[in-house]
Order: sequence, then C-alpha cells, then structure tokens
Amino acid sequence: MYQFNYARPKTLAEAEALLAKADDPKLLAGGQTLIPTLKQRLAMPSDLIDIGGLKELDFIRAEGDAVMIGAGAKHATVAQSPDVKKHNPALAALAEGIGDPAVRHMGTIGGSIANNDPAADYPAACLALDAKIHTSKRLIEADQFFKGMFETALEDGEIVKEITFPHPEKAAYMKFPNPASRYAMVGVFVSKGPWGVRVAVTGAGQNGVFRVKEMEDALTKSWSPDAVAGVKVPAKGLNADLHGTAEYRAHLITVMAKRAVAAAG
Amino acid sequence: MPVVAMTVNGKPASADVEARTLLVHYIREQLGLTGTHVGCDTSQCGACVVHVDGRAVKSCAILAVQAEGAEIVTVEGLAKNGELHPVQQAFREHHGLQCGFCTPGMIMTAVDLIRRKPNLDEKTVREELEGNICRCTGYHNIVKAILAASQEMR
Amino acid sequence: MSNAAIGEGIGQPVRRKEDFRFITGNGHYTDDIARPRQTWAYFLRSPHAHAKIRGIDTKSAETAPGVVAIFTGKHVADDGLGGLICGWTVSSKDGTPMKVGPHPILAVDTVRYVGDHVAMVVAETLAEARSAAEMIDVDYETLPAAVALAACQSKDAPQVHPEAPRNTCFEWELGNKSETEAAFAKADRIVKLDLTNNRLIPNAMEPRAALGEYDKGTGTYTLHTTSQNPHVARLVLSAFVGVAPEHKLRVIAPDVGGGFGSKIFIYAEETACVWAAAKVGRPIKWTADRSEAFLSDAHGRDHLSHAELALDKNGKFLALRVKTVANLGAYLSTFSASVPTYLYGTLLSGQYDIPAIYVEVDGVYTHTAPVDAYRGAGRPEATYLVERIVETAARETGIDPAEIRRRNFIRSFPHQTPVIMAYDAGDYEASLDAAMKAADHKGFPARKAEAEKRGKLRGLGFSSYIEACGLAPSAAVGSLGAGVGLWESAEVRVNPTGNVEVLTGSHSHGQGHETTFAQLVASRLGIPMEQVEIVHGDTDKVQFGMGTYGSRSGAVGMSAIVKALDKIETKAKKIAAHLMEAAVEDIVFENGTFTVQGTDKTMPWAQLALSAYTAHGFPSAEIEPGLKEGAFYDPTNFTFPAGCHICEVEIDPDTGVTRIINFVAVDDFGTIINPMIVEGQVHGGIAQGIGQALLEHGVYDPESGQLITGSYMDYCMPRADDLPSFNLGFTKTVCPSNPLGMKGCGEAGAIASPPAIINAITDALGIRDIEMPATPARVWAAIQSRPRAAAE
Repeated sequence: MYQFNYARPKTLAEAEALLAKADDPKLLAGGQTLIPTLKQRLAMPSDLIDIGGLKELDFIRAEGDAVMIGAGAKHATVAQSPDVKKHNPALAALAEGIGDPAVRHMGTIGGSIANNDPAADYPAACLALDAKIHTSKRLIEADQFFKGMFETALEDGEIVKEITFPHPEKAAYMKFPNPASRYAMVGVFVSKGPWGVRVAVTGAGQNGVFRVKEMEDALTKSWSPDAVAGVKVPAKGLNADLHGTAEYRAHLITVMAKRAVAAAG
Repeated sequence: MPVVAMTVNGKPASADVEARTLLVHYIREQLGLTGTHVGCDTSQCGACVVHVDGRAVKSCAILAVQAEGAEIVTVEGLAKNGELHPVQQAFREHHGLQCGFCTPGMIMTAVDLIRRKPNLDEKTVREELEGNICRCTGYHNIVKAILAASQEMR
Repeated sequence: MSNAAIGEGIGQPVRRKEDFRFITGNGHYTDDIARPRQTWAYFLRSPHAHAKIRGIDTKSAETAPGVVAIFTGKHVADDGLGGLICGWTVSSKDGTPMKVGPHPILAVDTVRYVGDHVAMVVAETLAEARSAAEMIDVDYETLPAAVALAACQSKDAPQVHPEAPRNTCFEWELGNKSETEAAFAKADRIVKLDLTNNRLIPNAMEPRAALGEYDKGTGTYTLHTTSQNPHVARLVLSAFVGVAPEHKLRVIAPDVGGGFGSKIFIYAEETACVWAAAKVGRPIKWTADRSEAFLSDAHGRDHLSHAELALDKNGKFLALRVKTVANLGAYLSTFSASVPTYLYGTLLSGQYDIPAIYVEVDGVYTHTAPVDAYRGAGRPEATYLVERIVETAARETGIDPAEIRRRNFIRSFPHQTPVIMAYDAGDYEASLDAAMKAADHKGFPARKAEAEKRGKLRGLGFSSYIEACGLAPSAAVGSLGAGVGLWESAEVRVNPTGNVEVLTGSHSHGQGHETTFAQLVASRLGIPMEQVEIVHGDTDKVQFGMGTYGSRSGAVGMSAIVKALDKIETKAKKIAAHLMEAAVEDIVFENGTFTVQGTDKTMPWAQLALSAYTAHGFPSAEIEPGLKEGAFYDPTNFTFPAGCHICEVEIDPDTGVTRIINFVAVDDFGTIINPMIVEGQVHGGIAQGIGQALLEHGVYDPESGQLITGSYMDYCMPRADDLPSFNLGFTKTVCPSNPLGMKGCGEAGAIASPPAIINAITDALGIRDIEMPATPARVWAAIQSRPRAAAE
C-alpha cells in the first residue's frame, strides 16, 4: 500500500468538508473492495476519509411504501433486518449472498453502489427495484445512477446517504457465481411493482448492470418462468473470459431470469 | 503517525501505526500475536479472520486505524482460563486441521457462525465457509468439527 | 497397561499431538519469526515472458527511503555463486543427456517467464522495499514467447534456451517398442484417445518464506525456510550453489503450512536471502504474497498425450502406446525431469496385465513458470491416461466398465510390468467390489432415471488406480538418473528418565508425524505417547534426512525408526540381561517391561533407561553406557498403494454445473498406524483431485505469456461448498517390502480421483471426452455440441 492520510470524521458534514479540501481523496466505508485494491497498489489516493463509523448513515427503516437503507448499513445488517425481510425479502436474500460472512460484516450498501463493480449484486437490486439514491447533494434515480463499469453519476465530493427501495409485489434475485471469485458471473434481479416489471442483470455486461427490455415486456404480458424462457439475450456486449464465453453468459441470463421468476412466485 | 488504541484479547493495546498498516500486520508484527495468518492478498482465503466487536472480520481487509476503540479477539484469546473453546476442542477431536495454517481463521469463522446460526446443518456450514480456504483437509473434517461444536454448544 | 489399552496402539485413531499449538495460535511458521535488526526483501520480477535485459539502473532506487541494499544477477555472478539445479538426469532415446539451460538465482541477461527474478531489494520495511523496487529501471527488449505447449517444438517457435533446440529438453522413451508394435498389428480393436492433463498451481495455504541470517563470529549461516526437506536444501545450497560449506549452513524448516510438492524445491528467493544476509550483515526476511506464489511456485502437471490401447476380441488388453508432451516451464526445477518420466511412464500399466507398453515423452521448455512435482507427481497423469482409455475401451466394446477391468486385473504377485515396476502385493478386485458396494452400483439406474425426471443428468465413473510411492530404493532411483539416494534416517535417543526423543529426516507439514511416529515408538517401547517427542526439520539437530514427498514418510521414514528401535531393544536387552543376571536370549520385552523368561524377575523401562546412563558395573568391553541408536533405512522396493474410487455426478444441463453426489474411495494402504490421519490424507487428496477435474487451471495468455489465473479471483480453489463429504473404505494387503507392511497414503486421493470424475461426467453426457477442468462453461458447451440423438 502507498502512504495516505487518514481521517475519521464524526459527521457527514465534516466528511464533506474533508473531501472538498483533500487532493485526491477516497471515501472509505467498509473497505472490502477498496482495501484489497490499495493492497495491490492499484490506487494511490492522497487521503482516505473513513465514513464507515458514521452513525447518521447506519440505519434501516420502513416508512410508507418503502424501506430506507442508510449508505452505511452493512450487508449482514440488511440481510437480517426485520423490515427488509418483511417488505423486500428478495433484497435481504441478495444481501445474505454477497461475498462471504466476514465481508458482509464490513461491506456497506453505499460502498457497493458507489463503487459499481460490474460484478456486484446491489446494482441489480437498485435498478430492478426502481431505487432512489439520496446523496449529500441530490436524489438520483437508479436508472440514472449506474453509468458503466466502476462509473456512477456521483460527482466529486458527493456522498451516498441513503437508498430508498419501494416495496415490490414480487421480486427475486438469482446469482450464478464465478466459480473462482464467487462474484456474480451472471446475476438477474426480477421484480414487479408500482414501476411495472423490471429485469436487471449484473456480472455479465461489459458496461456493468443493465436492464433487459425484451424480458420486461414478456413478463408484463405474462408473469411466468415460461415467459422469459424463450427470450434470448444477444451475446454482443457481454463479458467473455476463461470462465465462459459471451454466449454462455447470454444463455445463463435466460436461465437465471427463469429461475428468478419462479422463485418470486 | 496516528496512535491507535483498541482492546485485544481483553487487554488494552495502543501504538503508533502508519495509516496504511493493516489490522493483521498490526496484530502480528506489533503485538506479536502470530496466530493470525496471511494466506492471500485478495482478501479471499480467510486465514486472517479475527473478531472485531464480536463479529468475524478479515483482518487483511481492514486498516488498524479503522479498528480504533474496537474489541478484538484473535485465536490466542479464544481459550478461557486455560480451557479450550468448544470449537477448538472439536477441531482437535475431529481432525479438522492438518498443516494448521488456515486453522485460526477457520476457528474464528466457525465461532462466529455458531453464534449467528446455532442450528447448523452440513449444507449451511459449507456455504458459510465460502470465505475460508483450506488446502489440506478437503473440508470433510472441518465441517464435521463445526457441526459437532454447534451441537456441543447448544 | 498396554498402549492399545490406553487408546494409543497401532491402528487406533489417536488425536494429534501437534494440534494444541495450531488451534491456540501458537504454531511457529517461518513468517512468525522476527529477528532483531531484521530487514525485508522484495523481489523485482519480470513483467515479460521473454525479454533481453539491456540494462538495470538501480541508482534512484538505492537512495529511496529505507533501502539497505539492492542485488542483481551481476552481483550474484561476481560472487561466484552457481545456479539452481535439477537433481535428476534423464536421457533421450539416442542416449544423450537432457539439455539443460542455466538457471540463475537472479536473471543475468534474459528473463524467461513472467515472475522471473530480476533484482532483490533489501530495506528496513517490506513497504519500503517494494516502493524502491518500483523505482528500478530495467531496460527490456521484449521478445516473442513460446507459451502454447502444442506449438513449442516447431522450428519457428521462440527459443527458451539456446542449449535446447526446438525447446526440447529430452525425448525419453520407456518400454518395448517392437513388442508393442507387434501386439497392435494383431489387435482386434484399437482404442485411441487424446488427453490434456491441465496445469495446476499448488497453493499450499502458507506462502513460501525465508529468513536468512549470518553469524560473523562463527561464519555460520542460518536459513529458516518453508521446506519439505531441509537437508536437501542445505546440500544443494552448499554443494551446487556454493552459498556456504555444508557444515557452516544450518537450514531449519519449522512449522510448514502445507507443501504438496511445491516446497520440496530449492528456489531463488531463499537462496538469495541467506546469501545476501552476509552481504548486508543483518537478517533478511522474505515472505511471498499470494500473487508471487502464483507466479513463482513450481506448477504441476501440464501434459498433452495421445494414447492407444490394443485389445483382443474378448476385451483383453494386448498393448498400450503413449506419446506425451510434458511442459517443464522455463527452467528445470529441482526434480522436474523425473516427474513426467520415471514417475509417469512406469505407472502406465495401471492395475492391469498389459503384455507390452511403449511410451515416449518429450520434455519441453516454455516461457512459463517451472513445472515440477505436485501431489502425485506423474502418477496422477499416468492414472488419468490409463483409467480414461480403459473407460473408453469399455464404452467402445460394450463391455461393462467394471467387467473390462476385472478381465484385465493383475492377479498374481509379484508382477513385473513392461515398464520397470515390480508390483509386490495387491488385491484389485477386492477394492473394486468394496467400492461398488459402497457406491450402491446396483441402484444407479434407478437414481439416474429419477434424476432424469427432474431434468438432470447422472453419471457414474470408475478409477481403479495404482501408484508407486515410498520413494524409494536408492539403487533403483540411482540407476534411473537420480542425483540422490532415497533412503531415510532416524535416531532414537532414550533419556535417563526414560522419555524418548526421535530425530527423523522426514518432515511434517500437515501429515501429523508428531503423532503417528510417536504412536509407533510408544507402542514399541510400552510408554505413553506423551513421553515421546518427534524432532524434525532442523539440520543442526537431525542427522541427514531426505525429507517428505512421494508418500514416503510412513514406508521409509517410519521403517528407519523401526530399525533404530530394533537396535535400542537389542542394546536394552543386553543391559537388562546384565542387570538381572540372565542370558540375553532369556530377556523378553513387552509393554514396557523387561522380564527374564520363566522367572518373576522384571525391570521396568524407566529403571533400565536410568541404569543405561548410570552404567554402574557395566562390563565396558561389552556394554557401552547410554541408550541412543541411529539407523539409515533403504527400502527394497517402492510400495504400491492401490484401490478403486467411484464417483457419481449429477449435471444441470441448463447451467452445466456438475455436483458430486457421492464419492467413494476404497484404498489399500497396507498396515495403517492411525486411521484418523490416513483418512484425513485421503480427504485432502480427493479434494485436490476434484479441484483438478472440475475447478483448477493454471492458464497463461498464449501470446503474451501473462499468467491469467494469477489470484483467487481467477484460479478456482476448491471451497467447502464445491465438495461433498467423502465415503471412505479400506482393504488390506500387507506390503512385503518394509517392516511395518505400510504403503503410502498421502497422494492416492489426488492420483485416483480425476479420472473417476471425468468418467462420470462423460458417462452422464454420453460423450467421449471433456477437458479438465470440466467447468460449468465447458460442460454446457459440450452439451450444446452433442449430437442431437444423444441429447434426446
């Protein structure tokens, strides 16, 4: 690891101020992606601003038709939250499947979506559940938030504060893990709710998470596994590596979508 | 250099550390508690798992400064008053270790697992060990040991 | 009370003595050691698979914070240090010895694989050493690399070493070519198969590490390192590399966190650390991170083979011919030449009576990490080939896979194969029968039909394996090109208070020697195990020893202890006879007590031990004081563990995911001292075999020579949820070639299991072959390309 300055602000406001004045700062939340990246000397930030302990970001509450999750909520907390389990069990199950137990004890939802790893799970949930991402500056719709591999709509100095997940009527997430890394090789989140039907795919695309319009249309007509079974996703634009061809990933999207619909009931 | 203070195995510990010091290196090199091991550099093998405020955490994926004020328990702090923890006992009884290198992380993960899920079955144990790699045992006896310990502790 | 009565007898599952320190975090691995004034080494490695080094500029790096010294290949050469060696010489068909390119500690003018050692930076901290290394400016002229094994012997392939044209180190052969050709000419059927044995990366969980020290006052060097054989390391470092004379070099392998072969070898890093410790006058520590381990640990396997089996009309095997291209990597590692030759070709008869065998193996250099022994070493490759082609023959002839094996089993012993080995004992049908019973072979069709109803594909695969281990008679390996003898040594020291230290040349890095060896000694002497200490891994303490690999510590290492115990007993009886005024022939030693036969005169062990040291009244011409004996044991033959593994898989055709439903292993290891430990060895071996068959693959980019699977993000290590619990059984034929009747158990699982799994998968899919690892993507692709009739 290269040298950096470390600060642990006590409030979000303090974090914003530190962020504004540092040279090339990075926010540290749970650190489950950032610390391994720093260890490999793949990044050289001037300052790490540790918002992992900010109490004001660590909450989960159900209000009206939505669950509000603070950016600092850890994966294990989301997975175990009675509110999430009650109103959005698919989201709880997704959180329970992120990384391994030790990672879930540190990693946060805010860190996950701000990083937008193309193989991360939460982006699929945000996109499929029409989530609203509240930052220190504004509200961003999930559809506008994820901009491609490791890229988001977040601007310099902007901090994710909260993600609002409206309750779905039906939802499920199916992940086909990469056999080695266990990140999503293909993860498909299907949902039905006030927003209509959504199908979001993570892991497979070269530009990160994306929606599959043809599947959404098919499921809007008929919410059943068979409805998506016949929808083939083009292999173009999908990842290909030693773990599988783009064609294989395209095929898995259909299989996982089918299984997710079946699981969602 | 920042000063970091925490409780390690029930005793206060404080020292000057570089901000970039990982918790595992602080524990091993500055506190001399070498039972916690480093088996990879991508935070996947789990040989370094310790408990931070009662929960299993990979000490190679957290900076020492992040643990300021925390209660840390390492494998050295698991036995109480000279008596082995039931998970430690079970690993010995069921031959859940061979070379011993992954063992501290396995044991700390298992203790945390049994705390979270007292009623375990084989499938759950295997899934929960996703973040701990063992090259010697084929996991057969590790799984057996954890199931036995969870029974014992019920 | 006897040892058996207190649960410590031979054959009892005694809990391990070593466990306490490991479960409490009190083990002492190399990286756990810290020395006053210790410095850290970091190795700058080649980012290119093949390049000329035009120059290395270390000037700015030398002034970086914390830097103590920087060494390059020039420093090493100027100091007159030799390179690393291969301790086994293989000759080609034409009688010429293998063609060996130099293997410098640090590269001089050429780098030959990604990860090759270019410079060593020594600094106050590891972070400082690493930062300084980034400031070293190496002027590389990059060159095309020879990476893809199949293409490396062509005339226009880039050359790894000028000494080896067409990158061919040796063209070796074994067996009888003309007899084999004749048998093929009269065969009723010839079965052909092309096979790939995938490259594996060992991944012991403890990365390699070294701590070099130099004592200026005595001129003595000390090296703590992660070694499976510290004495061999010392021998190579002194006799060949020339770091220090043997008596001025102490090598200590403390607790070692797994080896699987990868820690047999003598590598550049530990050599450089101990050498440079004298140069900088301070201890130097190096610990590999996992990325370095991937790049620089010797890899395993990596064969391309074509095999043909000749059969008569009754399915009886007539002959086998094999052509294999084996990847050696960029340099010959310590034992690499022996692995695809004498540890491979000699096992191609399997469990079968095959009258004629002929095998040709080309050992080929590539611009990749060195390839050497990895758990099983050559024998998994042989077993994979034999058991895959036997299975294919069963399918092509329509003979049941178990039946074709039965028709060809060797049934009388000793049996001389056409490829050197003389099998001494075995009962192959017994293990096949036991495995079929345990696997509920009869119920398989019903289970397959039930799975089909759920849209899943079931398959069953056999592997009737044999291996040769307990390496091995020195005369035999010497005649085959080994530069060392493969005996083992032991010393038994009885202390005046009656407790015992046993110094062994074997090295335990997970195998539980401290328990098994103590169990043997305690049972023999009739004392509790807690009074026996096993000492190993330190060249200053232990007499010379050959170390642990090739499943040899039981058959060879323990036999040496038995031999030393024989001498102890002989002398102790002499002392007892003197003290109890009886004839030596009348002394009986049982359960820790010496008795004069036919009398009530007895003497307990502890009293005798004390008397041996007080030595009052000993007739000095006949009895020396003290009770300490040593022995060197050289076996009369290899040992031949054998057995049958059966694997049942279920494949999800939608995803290509293979689940192992049941894995049965029935092994014949002869006498078993501690069944708990033996079972553990089998579990671990099977897990590595399943890893090879389904998950693991060391992959280089064929153009750039970059290691694509350089971390756990891409190299698929078996996790707990990839594996089932295993179903083990044992049969027993006693090995006649050593005093305990033991065979080896350390590698059998890794040797036997891969073909059982691939046979099961190809059975489920109705296909001829699938390359290892049979990943979900590969299985899915295989399903897509099946002929339509087979798919329906």
